[in-house]
Amino acid sequence: MIDEQGVEVAPEHFARAVARAADGRHRLAALFGVPDRDALRLVAVVAGAEQLSFVSSRLDPAVSSYPTVTALVPSADWYERQLHDLYGITADGHPDLDPLVLPRAAGTPAPRPGPGGTSAPLTRSTAPLPALVHGEGMFTIPYGPVRSGVFEAVEYVVETPGEDIPRVQTRVHYKHRGVDAAFCGRSVDDGVLVAERVEGVASVAHAIAYCSAVERIAGIEVPAPSELVRVLHAELERIANHLDSTIRHTEGAGQAVAFARLTLDKERVMRLRATLCGSRFGRGVVVPGGVSAPPPIGDGELLAQLDRLERDIRADLRLLMATPSMLDRLRGTGVLPLAVVRTHGALGPLGRGSGLTEDVRASRPYGAYRRLGFVPASRDDGDALARQLVRNDEIVSSFHLARQAIDELDRLASTGRATWSVAVEGASGEAVAWAEAPQGEVLYLVQLDVDGVVQVKSRSASFHNLALFTAAFPKDITTDFVFIEASFGLSIAGVAG
Amino acid sequence: MPWVTRGIREGIVTSRYPRRPDGYGPNFRAAVTVRRDDETANGADGHLEELVVGCPTNAITVEGQHVRVDRGRCILCGRCVAARPDAFSFDPDVETATHRRELLVVPVRPDEDATLAVLREDLARRVRALKRSIYVRHVDCGSDGSEEWEIAALTNPIYDIQRLGVFFTASPRHADLLLVTGAGAASMRDPLERTYEAMPEPKVVVAVGTDAAGGGLFAGTYATAESVTGEIEVDVFVPGSPPSPFSIMHGILLAVGLLPARRDVPGGRP
Repeated sequence: MIDEQGVEVAPEHFARAVARAADGRHRLAALFGVPDRDALRLVAVVAGAEQLSFVSSRLDPAVSSYPTVTALVPSADWYERQLHDLYGITADGHPDLDPLVLPRAAGTPAPRPGPGGTSAPLTRSTAPLPALVHGEGMFTIPYGPVRSGVFEAVEYVVETPGEDIPRVQTRVHYKHRGVDAAFCGRSVDDGVLVAERVEGVASVAHAIAYCSAVERIAGIEVPAPSELVRVLHAELERIANHLDSTIRHTEGAGQAVAFARLTLDKERVMRLRATLCGSRFGRGVVVPGGVSAPPPIGDGELLAQLDRLERDIRADLRLLMATPSMLDRLRGTGVLPLAVVRTHGALGPLGRGSGLTEDVRASRPYGAYRRLGFVPASRDDGDALARQLVRNDEIVSSFHLARQAIDELDRLASTGRATWSVAVEGASGEAVAWAEAPQGEVLYLVQLDVDGVVQVKSRSASFHNLALFTAAFPKDITTDFVFIEASFGLSIAGVAG
Repeated sequence: MPWVTRGIREGIVTSRYPRRPDGYGPNFRAAVTVRRDDETANGADGHLEELVVGCPTNAITVEGQHVRVDRGRCILCGRCVAARPDAFSFDPDVETATHRRELLVVPVRPDEDATLAVLREDLARRVRALKRSIYVRHVDCGSDGSEEWEIAALTNPIYDIQRLGVFFTASPRHADLLLVTGAGAASMRDPLERTYEAMPEPKVVVAVGTDAAGGGLFAGTYATAESVTGEIEVDVFVPGSPPSPFSIMHGILLAVGLLPARRDVPGGRP
C-alpha cells in the first residue's frame, strides 16, 4: 500500500486516535473487526480527500471491551454495534448497543466470522425493539420484514403520533447470511463469486473492489484493455441501479406510464448486460488479474445500442423531471443538510445530493478511471429531488464513460492482440481496496495466504448510508416514506451481511 | 399529455411467452447442462473427479459412469464449462423450473419420471380452484438482492405478467402463491412461517433462485439453513443465481398449471 499510512495504538487510546484521524477534513470510512488467531484487530479506515489512512488496535483474547469511538465520532455507531454482534466486543460507553445484524440470545457466543470462526447455527433472540419515543398518542408501525411489495427483508419501526415521524429504527438482521464467513477458506478465484453476491445488485463494483485488493497484494498491474471492460460493466450497473431508484419513485407516485417506460429502459439495460457476458448482473466478468473475456459483440453494434438506450432514457427522464405530480413528491422531501452528511461521511448520491463532491472514481481513481475524463455530479438542496438529479447526471456521465471505454478498447485492439488477465498465484498479505458502486464507495479488506483467502471484510455503501435513514425524516410524514427510501437507493443485502 | 405519446410510441413490446417460446439468445447463461452427446461426459477418460473438486458449490457429482450437475447448487460461475467444454455447456433455455428438488439434478434420473407424474397430478388437483387469477406474495429469506429485481421485472412491459392473470399482492391473506428467495436466513424463519400460515388454502410455494434451493455459496454459514426447503414445503424450484424473469415466470406458470404440456422437465425429457 504505497500512498497509505497506518498507526497502531493500544485499545484504550483507539477512540482518541480515530477521532484525531477523522477530523473535519477526513471521514471515518469503515471500522472492521479482523480476527487474528484468538485476538481481534480493530481497523479504522479513514478517508481523506485523496487517500486512505488506517488506525488499528489489537485486542487480546482476554479483552472484551474498549472505550467507544462513537462518543467522539458518531458515524462509528453502526460499526460498533456490528462488532458487538459478530465478535462479542463491547464498546464501553456506546449509547445503544441493540442488536443490528445479529440478535444473539443471552449467553450465546459470538460467531467471530474469520479464520477459526464457528459454522454452527446460533441461538437468536426474538425480543422486539424497544420504543424510544414516548408521549401521549405515540404508537409504532412495524414495517417489515415482510413488506407490501417485492422488497428485501428489513424492518423499519416507525414511531409516530400519526403523521410526523420523530424516529425510525431500522432492523436489518433478518437477512443476515454471514457473508464474512462465506469468504473464508475459498480460493482467490472463488472469492470473487462471494463478493459478487454480497450486494447482488452491485456485483460488478464489489467484484472490482475485491479483485483490486487481491491485485495489490500480488503487486500486479491489470492489462489496460481489461480495465476498460471493467469500466463498461460498472457503468452499465450504475445506470441500471439509478433507473431502479427512479422506478420506485414513479411507482410510489402512481406515474403509470413513466413506470412502464422506465422499467422497459431498465430491462433493456439488463439485456444488454446479458448480451455482453451471459449474466444480467455482469457476473463472471471481473476476475482477479483482469476480466474473463472481452465483450462478444463488435464495438460498432455496441455503440449503436448504447446510443439508442441513452436517447430513450434521457427523453424519459427529461419528461419525468417536467412532470409536476412527480416533482411535488420529491421536492423538499427527506432533506439531509450538508452538515449532517459531512459529519456522517455519507457516500454516493446520498452525499452528493447534499453538496458533497466526493466520488472515488475521481478522488481516488482506480483502473481505467485514472485515464478517463470524469467530473462527479453534485447538488446542494439535500432533498429527494436533489438525489434524483444527481442520479440523472450520473446516468449521462455513465453513458459517456462507457462510450469512452469502448473507443479506447477499439484503439488498443488495433495495436495488437490483447491479454485479458494475468495470473495471481500464491500471493499472501493484506490490502484494502475500493470501488464506486451505484450506492457509493465500497471498501474491501482482503487477507490472503498461499492457500487462498484467509478472510475478507467488506463494507458496502448501503451499510454506511442506511444509518442516516432516521435523520432524513425531521419534516416529513408517513406518506413520504416510500420516496425517502427510494431516494436512498440502497440494498439491504449489503447492509445485513 | 406528453406521456401519452411517449407511452404508445413503441407499440407493443410484450413477449408472447408462454404461447411462443422466448429467451435471451444463445449467449445467455440460464443453466449448466451435461453434454449427453459426448462420450467423455460419461466418465470415459477418468479426469472428471477434478471437476467435482473445482466446483465452488459442490454441484457436480460423478457416480460410476454418470456425471450430473445439481442446478439447485449451481451458481452459474462457469468454472466447469471453461475447464471442460467437452463435458459441460451453458444452456440458454430459460425454462429451468421444476417440481422437485431431485429433478434439478441433470440429466434427470430415469426413475424420477414416475414420481413426477404423481406429483404433478397432485399439484394440479390442488391448484384447480385458482383458475386464471393468481395472487402472489413474495418473502425474502436472505437473498443477495438480485432475485428481487428479477421478480419485480415481471411487471415491466416486456414480461407483463398481469396479462396471464398473475398479480402481486401485499397481504398474505389474499395470496395463492408464495415466492421465496434467499438461502434461508435464520431470522426469517418465523416471518416466513407466519406468512405461509396466513395464506388461505389452496396455496403453492415457489423457491426462486439457487440460494433458496440449496443455499448456494452461503450454505453452511452460522446464519443460514442451507436452503428454504428445511423450513417450508416447496412445490416448484427455479434454479439460477439469480434466475431470469422468464425462468421465474416459467416457475409460476408451472406451479399453477398454466403451462403448455411437456415443458415441465428441465432440458426436456431424459
